[in-house]
Amino acid sequence: MNSHVTGALEIDARGTACPMPIIMLAKAARGLAPGSTVTVLATDVAARYDVPAWARMTGNEFVGESETDGGALALTVRLRST
Amino acid sequence: MQRSRVYLDAGGSAPLSPRVSDALRAGFADGWADPARLVTESRKARGLLDGSREAIADVMGVSAEQVHFTPSIHVAFERAIAGIARARRAQSRIIVSAIERDALMNAAAFALPQGIETIAVNSQGHLDIEAFAAAVSADGVALAAIQHANQEIGTVQRLDRIASSAAAAGVPLLIDASSSIGHRDTPQQWDALIAHPADWGGPAGLGVLALKPGTRWLPAWPEGDDWAPGGISVPLALASAVALQEREQERREVSGRMGALVERIRATVRQLSGIDVLGDPYERLPHIVTFSCLYVDGESLVAELDREGFAVGSGSACASGTLEPSRVLASIGALTHGNVRVALHPGVTSDDVDRFLAVLPQVLDRVRSRLGSPSSD
Repeated sequence: MNSHVTGALEIDARGTACPMPIIMLAKAARGLAPGSTVTVLATDVAARYDVPAWARMTGNEFVGESETDGGALALTVRLRST
Repeated sequence: MQRSRVYLDAGGSAPLSPRVSDALRAGFADGWADPARLVTESRKARGLLDGSREAIADVMGVSAEQVHFTPSIHVAFERAIAGIARARRAQSRIIVSAIERDALMNAAAFALPQGIETIAVNSQGHLDIEAFAAAVSADGVALAAIQHANQEIGTVQRLDRIASSAAAAGVPLLIDASSSIGHRDTPQQWDALIAHPADWGGPAGLGVLALKPGTRWLPAWPEGDDWAPGGISVPLALASAVALQEREQERREVSGRMGALVERIRATVRQLSGIDVLGDPYERLPHIVTFSCLYVDGESLVAELDREGFAVGSGSACASGTLEPSRVLASIGALTHGNVRVALHPGVTSDDVDRFLAVLPQVLDRVRSRLGSPSSD
């Protein structure tokens, strides 16, 4: 994993259930510099609520959500602190 | 040493006190007959039923004629909403908050299909009162249904302006007090009010509906007993009345004690890492506290705490056996996984709470490490 490099990372949490998408997001966020964005792909409906809640609780910024062609959720956060 | 179990899931159910158990037995001994018949045994049963209704009405601050027993709060929601909606057939919509009970939402969807208008709540669970006032004064509103307090996060709504907005618009207001009566003063401004005996320490299997005089409704169900299809169990009614009287007599002391225990839980849990303590910290039910924990699943938390001797509830999707997490948690923007709901009953002691607070961090660490969770500092 690139460490402390600003960038945009996508993690694939499709098929996993809560809280795995958030655990994968938190682990991925650790290696990234502030300002980086992480997009979580998830099929678990709880991720829609839990990604913004994670961002609020950890001092990061929730950017937004969209839907992928395959019907999964794509939820993006921008890291303020690691 | 074998430790006794601690029941911390007393929302909508609680262990029966000795007086309530006695009343239940007395009800079966003396109130077994059908109260609708004319014979002596039935008159005795009817006397117990009427006395129970009067006792409950007295605590609620209404007259006994306004109070009806129902077989469950679900039936109370179904019939109150359907009956009022039928009397206002020219109107087709119902205004509700985003955090009403599923039973109320299902009753609303059945009576007024396509007519549900949901008003948002803020991050503490308080209704957007301006939006409610605007919605209720629009054309075509048959009724509004709003909870007094939330059964998951404990937040108590500010009902004054909600009630005055509905009254100004001439819209009947149903207040769901099924989580608050027995814990808080009974709201007084409503057209229909719903209460839940099992929530105040009574036995399961009964609901209470109060209707203000002049509230218009029409039957939207088969002919027969309007609010209690098939009749009401006299022993359950008697035990429910005794439970409410007992709660009311002890309410100041019990609420103060439970409120302090909840405050201790809130303060201690807030110190742990990765925890979101939910609901209004001040305008709340005295006995309920809910929090969500990062990087753990609610199902494991409930199971691990149960193994340690503590029964708790959870609104997490994986713990409730549904795919969707609690609508309440989603509506207030809370973390929906790792949710723990603690609802105290009067028998919970300070020592019970201390032991729970000692075990909780160990359980969290255990589940987090099993899931390979990042430490959440």
